Amino acid sequence: MSEIIKVSRREFIKTGILVGGGLVLACHISLGGRCAAADAATGFAPNAFLRIGTDGSVTVIVNKSEMGQGVYTSLPMLIAEELECDWKKVRVEAAPVAPEYNHTQFGPVMVTGGSSSVRSEWERFSKAGAAAREMLVAAAAMRWKVEPSTCKAGNGVVIGPGGKHSGYGSLAALAAKLPVPREPELKGSKQRKLIGKAIHRLDSPAKINGTAIFGIDVHTPGMLTAVIARPPVFGATMKGFDPKKALAVPGVKQVVAVPAGVAVVADGFWPARKGRELLEVTWDEGQWAQISTAAMREEYARLAAMPGLAARHDGDAPAELARAAHTLQGEYEVPYLAHATMEPLNCFVDLQSDRCLIRTGSQFQTVDRNAAAREAGLKPEQVSLETTFLGGGFGRRACTASDFVIEAVQVAKAVGKPVKVIRSREDDMRAGYYRPMWYDRIAASLDDKGYPLAWRHTIVGQSIIAGTPFESAMVKEGIDQTSVEGAADIPYAIPNLLVDLHSTKNGVPVLWWRSVGHSHNAFVVESFLDELAHSAGLDPYQYRRSLLEKHPRHLGVLRVAAEKAGWGTKLAAGTGRGIAVHESFGSFIAQVAEVALDTAGQVQVHRVVCAIDCGRIVNPDTIKAQMESGIIFGLSAALYGSITLKNGLVEQGNFDSYPLVRMKAAPRVEVHIVPSNEPPGGVGEPGVPPIAPAVANALFAATGARVRSLPLTPEKVKAAQGQA
Amino acid sequence: MITFSLNGKKQSVELGPDTPLLWVLRDHLHLTGTKFGCGEGLCGACTVHIDGRAERSCITPLSDVQGKKVTTIEGIAANHPVKKAWLAEEVSQCGYCQPGQIMSAVALMKQKPSPTDADIDSVMSGNLCRCGTYGRIRRAIHTASKLGKGGKRS
Repeated sequence: MSEIIKVSRREFIKTGILVGGGLVLACHISLGGRCAAADAATGFAPNAFLRIGTDGSVTVIVNKSEMGQGVYTSLPMLIAEELECDWKKVRVEAAPVAPEYNHTQFGPVMVTGGSSSVRSEWERFSKAGAAAREMLVAAAAMRWKVEPSTCKAGNGVVIGPGGKHSGYGSLAALAAKLPVPREPELKGSKQRKLIGKAIHRLDSPAKINGTAIFGIDVHTPGMLTAVIARPPVFGATMKGFDPKKALAVPGVKQVVAVPAGVAVVADGFWPARKGRELLEVTWDEGQWAQISTAAMREEYARLAAMPGLAARHDGDAPAELARAAHTLQGEYEVPYLAHATMEPLNCFVDLQSDRCLIRTGSQFQTVDRNAAAREAGLKPEQVSLETTFLGGGFGRRACTASDFVIEAVQVAKAVGKPVKVIRSREDDMRAGYYRPMWYDRIAASLDDKGYPLAWRHTIVGQSIIAGTPFESAMVKEGIDQTSVEGAADIPYAIPNLLVDLHSTKNGVPVLWWRSVGHSHNAFVVESFLDELAHSAGLDPYQYRRSLLEKHPRHLGVLRVAAEKAGWGTKLAAGTGRGIAVHESFGSFIAQVAEVALDTAGQVQVHRVVCAIDCGRIVNPDTIKAQMESGIIFGLSAALYGSITLKNGLVEQGNFDSYPLVRMKAAPRVEVHIVPSNEPPGGVGEPGVPPIAPAVANALFAATGARVRSLPLTPEKVKAAQGQA
Repeated sequence: MITFSLNGKKQSVELGPDTPLLWVLRDHLHLTGTKFGCGEGLCGACTVHIDGRAERSCITPLSDVQGKKVTTIEGIAANHPVKKAWLAEEVSQCGYCQPGQIMSAVALMKQKPSPTDADIDSVMSGNLCRCGTYGRIRRAIHTASKLGKGGKRS
């Protein structure tokens, strides 16, 4: 790809560019998605997503990170659909960092997040494919001296009058000399051949034979591997260290102090890690040395009883609640959570005096590239960042502070050789950036039919955006929109509604975690709504329907999930069903969980039925896979996940103390896609929010225990059963 | 000097005998299909076969494989029923844990060519998948079992 971005803007504007004898398509589409004259003055950046080789190969350059969500298949499908190429000849390349590849909606950054890839790229990738097809057809028509309208493209071949035909490869060079159509014609939905089909993933073969390269697999001759002794508590600084014993470990080359800590640099991970165990470091522990989640919880509970900043205020909920004869109230809480990607964080850096090469699994390329440049004392354009496969992302690899990239640049700078920094699992889990801990106080009064008249929801927790470069865009009048998403925008018809927020500060690094604010707010809202239904003596499914009359897409998924789950039919004794519905990232999802307790009092989820309306779809199997994935991911949090701090130290370190759902605890998951012609919605995150409340609601149905705190441990279940 | 068979070829390594096999494979032999996930034998991402048994290479010292047969994901034939089933059932998402999953599944099927769900749960619960592909893994193992019976096992 480097040759493409070196091509001048002027050449790009004029025509497609010949690279290596093939056609590179440059289609100029504004951020709004319209083809337009692109020059420096108008500020429209050219985009380059496609290369057709003289051998007919089709290379799609994907500007989104493949972290499991299937984007290396779905975006190529969009191009291939319009290009009319042979799908078997499609391959994928990761895009470099360049303005052409910036997000179409999130501002001038290359980023994969917000379950936005298909939604934000549908038009741009479709047009890139359509424009190329029109150019190939025009090239064939020119060669045959016929009208383009007499030619047709299909399966990588242009067919003309009288049985003339030419493969795309043989037309590529000629097509490259033609003007790029500004407004290529897109197919109607009826003509589509790929979109809507369960096409197999392009990245699967490499992922089952060990050849897929993740960041941790990057290797160059002469490269060293480093592990970093990081401060034991957040905000601590290094006072001094003795490297002697570490340096005595065979294979250890250097021990260097860097701002992130003390790096042990070796010819492989094992000696580096062994060296670190023998390294003696003293720390100035700083202001957060005494923090504990237990104390934070007390502070949060105190704040939750006081008014915060209003994020939504309809009617007068406080007055209505004060006046009501009968109110319900609950205090909900969820802990800090680690992303725990299977591939621990890592980053390769080759730093030279005038340039820097970074290879890592990043979701946030522009931010990471710029941070690396600042750290290295280079200009951003002197830094190239190559995106590998990501062994899971879930938001962790879109770090607003670029922590894992910056520390690797620091080590490379100190060492003077190409170096790969790898975090052990314990490093990965203890070095921060968690889903925030939240404490919620929620109260409601019911009308004489049992439906909510007033609803007040007070949310307490850290802002993940405050103090980052995104604050001005994402924090409005003191409200971090990600703190209240899924709470301030609830769809239920409630006349008096107050949602307010206390944003706390306490030194624990926090970040977006798959589904962000929805991951906690859906649990609170959907659990409490269930409490209201039961309090009113009404069926929780029908109760939701009554409050969602003006929300057909919510109603649609609720109905499908309930029907497919057999809502209302009898279950085995001790088993209960729970339902939850939630909208996030442009998609609507309802889930029904079937739950029982095992003999140890542990919640066992037997079956989950999921219905999703995510608008127009590209690949139904990807959608199903993402729902399955979100459900298991959310279930790990619902049943086990908790990061706690005591005396400033994170108490968990590996999968023994931070368990994840394993095969034997994995429920049967059924996914039903509700057909829709609405604009596409996201699928990477929206499967997560409904599962925790669906399970907690099913637990209540099964046992009468209302557990308002995640994870749903046997101790909490037992305590709640005692109160039932 | 430790000598063992690696994917059918003789391999000699001059490294500290306590070096975990995982890092011998990854850092010194550049066979990076075997993954690092936890370093404690908790996640299964590093699963390899030692004399045909699934073992966690992150907690297996190099000295333990002297004279033994080590097989990694790179040594499993492309037409192995488990690999074919993994593609057919579209198991992989991020893919990081899948080499370890496949190694566990291949070892399981050597023991039990037609495993039950309970067999699968018991053996495969040692391999974590953060993307939650468990349902598909279960399906793929049943599919592989059928493919294996078709005489296509390599």
